[in-house]
Amino acid sequence: MYVKRMLKVILFFILVSVTGSCTKREKASHLVIWHWMVDRQAAFQTLAEKYESETGVKVDFKLFFPPDIYSQKVIAAARAGNLPDMFGVLGEKRMLASFVKAGHILDLTPFMKEDGNIWMSKFYPQTLKIVSFPPDNTYEVSPGIYGVPIDTTVLQFLYNKNLFQEADLNPQSPPRSFDDFISYAQQVKRKLGIDGFICGWAESWLLNALATEWAINLMGEEKFLKTLKGDVPYTDKDWIEVFSLFAKLRESGILAPNITTMTNKEAEDAFAKSKAVFSFNGSWAVNVYKQLNPKLEYAFFPLPRVSSNFPIKVWGGAGSSFMINAYSPYKDKAVEFLKWLTLPEQQKFLIEATNNLPAIRGCEDSLPPVLKSLTESFSFLTHPDVWPYNEDSRVIEVMNRGLQQIVMGLKTPLEVAEDIQSTKERLLRR
Amino acid sequence: MSRSSWDRFQNFSFILPALVIFSIFYIYPFFYTFILSFQDYDFISTPKFIGFSNFREVLTDKEWWSSMYNGAFITFWALTFQNILAFMLALGVDRVIRMNKFYRVVFFMLPILSEIIIGLLMKQLLSSEPLGRDIFNRWITNLGLGFLAQDWLGTQHVRLVTALVHCWKGFGWAFVIFLAGLQNIPQQLYEAAHIDGASAWQVFRKITLPLLTPVIALVLVLTILGTMQAFAMILALTGGAGGLTEVPVMRIYNHLRFRLVGLACGEGVILGLILIVVSFGMFFISKKIREKYGVLPS
Repeated sequence: MYVKRMLKVILFFILVSVTGSCTKREKASHLVIWHWMVDRQAAFQTLAEKYESETGVKVDFKLFFPPDIYSQKVIAAARAGNLPDMFGVLGEKRMLASFVKAGHILDLTPFMKEDGNIWMSKFYPQTLKIVSFPPDNTYEVSPGIYGVPIDTTVLQFLYNKNLFQEADLNPQSPPRSFDDFISYAQQVKRKLGIDGFICGWAESWLLNALATEWAINLMGEEKFLKTLKGDVPYTDKDWIEVFSLFAKLRESGILAPNITTMTNKEAEDAFAKSKAVFSFNGSWAVNVYKQLNPKLEYAFFPLPRVSSNFPIKVWGGAGSSFMINAYSPYKDKAVEFLKWLTLPEQQKFLIEATNNLPAIRGCEDSLPPVLKSLTESFSFLTHPDVWPYNEDSRVIEVMNRGLQQIVMGLKTPLEVAEDIQSTKERLLRR
Repeated sequence: MSRSSWDRFQNFSFILPALVIFSIFYIYPFFYTFILSFQDYDFISTPKFIGFSNFREVLTDKEWWSSMYNGAFITFWALTFQNILAFMLALGVDRVIRMNKFYRVVFFMLPILSEIIIGLLMKQLLSSEPLGRDIFNRWITNLGLGFLAQDWLGTQHVRLVTALVHCWKGFGWAFVIFLAGLQNIPQQLYEAAHIDGASAWQVFRKITLPLLTPVIALVLVLTILGTMQAFAMILALTGGAGGLTEVPVMRIYNHLRFRLVGLACGEGVILGLILIVVSFGMFFISKKIREKYGVLPS
């Protein structure tokens, strides 16, 4: 008797757990969107309420944080065929390509090109390129636009204006060259005893972005891309010069102590508290600094040049984007919602609420001055997601670690170059 | 259904839930990891069979062996410093029976704290401005030992400091196991030894140590397994420090983040095999020692 009761209890729990995981939405007036942007949840919620009041369609923004957890959630849902109506794909472009090739993401090209490209023409071209695949792309994805950017991100140097003034530097005149950058930072350190440069270099992608910008400035984008393709070795003198810049940063004594064990959050916190005069960070930092220290006087400035032979390029363009689940029964409603979300009114609201750069044109007047200055770089943005070739992540891993090792004084630029090249050759042989 | 079949079914039904859970969360992932290690896979695309490529790549990867060295370095400190400290404290507490519950709680507090919390806390304590608060250096300066103040997370010390922080966090486990082992040794043996006039050293060498050998072997194996798989605390404390504190699981984690799933699984399988070999080796050595001391019937 007891055993039968036990079996019934077990059966009951199995049924509950199975049926509980199979909830199904029946209403076509309810869209679900998954995201990772913890700082924007409140703003998204407000927009969702507005959209419901205007159209009667309820939009449920579901936040999953931190981004790693969010990514795992999206991948698991894709594998289980459980993706929401809209979602974002984080990571490298090859990840987006895998989602597209697996049929999870709707091709938005027909919607973008409706009525004479009316939706498409609203976006800054660079932001759309990030979520597009051109013909004959290396990922072998059908050409098209597969996402809707909702903002733009730019990575640039920043300086603290108050510290500039205190160190007798002109707060309206940030350094233009690499040598100026070092001498300004040394002056601040000498006069105020404050670190020259701070950045979250434990997160090595920030190192990689900076190395990329200097590499393009030094050797030009063409030669840079040839390296990715395998036609130019990393042991080329230009590359060694790029790596040597990090050795010079170390030797100049301007780097904050333990910079390679510092996360970006820690670096942001220190910069906001005026513990360093220079930093290298993304446009999202505007919102972060506003929250940490609203009185912080700072400005962005372009990459300190290491060469005048080639133009500088700024790492950016890839902000946050939403994709539409190709299997969603409410695809059309999702498209309508994303069209609405990228109207100037909503974009301006997001600028005000979250201090991010917009994805569409025509909102420049709503931008605070510190963000407006960044729009000047929109015409010379670069990002791995728009390059015709991409470096293997194992090569990137070796490069990033190598840059950390240079900064820590563990390896010379030449040793790092050789490490990277040997990994590259090993992968090319495969 | 016959009576005996029904009985068997009833008996089986009691272990069925545990068996199902164990199969889903342990056995299936174990075999799936093994299968994935032969594939090129990014979680989304169709997996592609690539034979032993991932294993070849891991075995010829300098950085992998460098991370194994880092893991072994931390393990060395855990096996020696951490376990000797734990053993000595357990011996001390074993004598002070009246207070042993208090000490057990105190020494076991650290292992129950989150690894991430310990990592972040120690980062604040050990790092100088602007990253941390330089608290440790201030303490030693206040104690008149300012000449010892260092950049503890700098290039020169980061590996050793990471190992010591790991030991500091982990010694509570070993302490509790040693203490349980010591308290299981029959008191009559000690009394008989005292009556026979044995010195403290002789008691320790002839009674405590031989009878504790199985426990020591267990602690050593658990230390090796735990330390070689250490990850979260090191990630929070140093983030890898340019490879100086990168341990095998950190590489596996990073490769999973890059969606190099097959490679990460290959690394996991190799690490698992190494740990299995080491664990069996330790148990074999322990058995030999016990046989030599005559604790086991040979």
